[in-house]
Amino acid sequence: MEWIDSGIVLGVRRHGEANAIAELMTRAHGRHLGLVRGGAGSRLRPVLQPGNSVRAVWRARLDEHLGHFVVEGLELRAASFLPVSHAVFGVTHLAALCRLLPERDPHPAVYDAVVAILDRMHDRALAGAHVARFELQLIAELGFGLDLERCAVTGEAADLAYVSPKSGRAVSRAAGVPWQDKLLRLPRFLVEEEPRTAPSPEELADGLALTGFFLGRYVFEPRGQAAPEARAHFLAAVLQARRAAG
Amino acid sequence: MSSAAGPEIDRLIQLLARLPGLGPRSARRAALHLIKKRELLMAPLAAALQVALDKIEICSTCGNIDTQNPCTLCADPRREDSVIVVVADVADLWALERAQAINARYHVLGGTLSPLDGVGPKELAIDALIARAHAPNVSEVILALNATVDGQTTAHYITDLLQGANVRVTKLAHGVPVGGELDYLDEGTLAAAIRSRTAF
Repeated sequence: MEWIDSGIVLGVRRHGEANAIAELMTRAHGRHLGLVRGGAGSRLRPVLQPGNSVRAVWRARLDEHLGHFVVEGLELRAASFLPVSHAVFGVTHLAALCRLLPERDPHPAVYDAVVAILDRMHDRALAGAHVARFELQLIAELGFGLDLERCAVTGEAADLAYVSPKSGRAVSRAAGVPWQDKLLRLPRFLVEEEPRTAPSPEELADGLALTGFFLGRYVFEPRGQAAPEARAHFLAAVLQARRAAG
Repeated sequence: MSSAAGPEIDRLIQLLARLPGLGPRSARRAALHLIKKRELLMAPLAAALQVALDKIEICSTCGNIDTQNPCTLCADPRREDSVIVVVADVADLWALERAQAINARYHVLGGTLSPLDGVGPKELAIDALIARAHAPNVSEVILALNATVDGQTTAHYITDLLQGANVRVTKLAHGVPVGGELDYLDEGTLAAAIRSRTAF
């Protein structure tokens, strides 16, 4: 068995003295693990850092074997993330989110979204919005997509301001006012095609509260897991950066 | 597969093969060497192992390994009390001591945050560090952690927790190692070195 694919390093675990087991999010082969010979050595350690893009060749005698990766660094972003707190927490959180996907199950849209977020991770103003939108996309990839197209009450597509925590459907501002204390606030950046302007800290907190609620209900709680610790630190770091920027 | 040497020697080979850097073949060679130098090497080694087993303790202050508690470094009055160097592992502490780069106190975390390995904040000695950093005589905490995403995630996590302590938090510089040739360095290290350039 052999294939070549591009991948994002999600994590690496030392295996013996010189080797490592790398966990990659590949475009066509999903989240995939493999042994990297020399992966714990000084030549490959900078390459095998979470957030880096690599070209990976995977070989194994049988498909169900762990197999070997031969990796070559394509875009080594990790080093630029190290001094930036929201970037390292963001990468750690993205890797934790990708781990929610089953192994070897292709999700090219998730791969493309992760690459796009990593490329724009240094944009403090928009990094939080991109991650919140990615969480929404991941909820949908896992089969629990929210209906944010139309108001569940009136059927209108305009001025959607809330989401029902029960049904996961959007509610317009006018229809939601009587129940606004029980509804989750839906910031505009979550329904836009592409967020152009940076959301305010309040909108960002609302957006991540919404995605966090549904991730908890549909993904973490059924698996007996807690939300990744990096998520709270990422949120704190981006909010701090947004408030500092005014 | 058992050797022709008997179960006791097989057991010795199996245990030696568990050591880092030794496989079954090199463990057999090491065992044979020990047997050949029974009085000269094997007996003192066995005695040293027994003494180490009996006496080695983890320092309750910094997490270092020593035969006394508090460890020699924590008990040394000539060390600067105001600076704590935070390292991931005892091996890192030993490396810094070999370099004789700093005469300060240490704190061994016991690893770095690693979601893949299931290592969270509770598995590390972070609470003890925060308590030490709040002591009035501590003015600086140096985060001497690996230049990896896991290492720096841990560093940022600790920095957040130290917000309330009246200490300066610093980290090691990243850049070109001694003997390093620019052509062979990865782009990330080069970019970090350029960013951290100093006046000549």
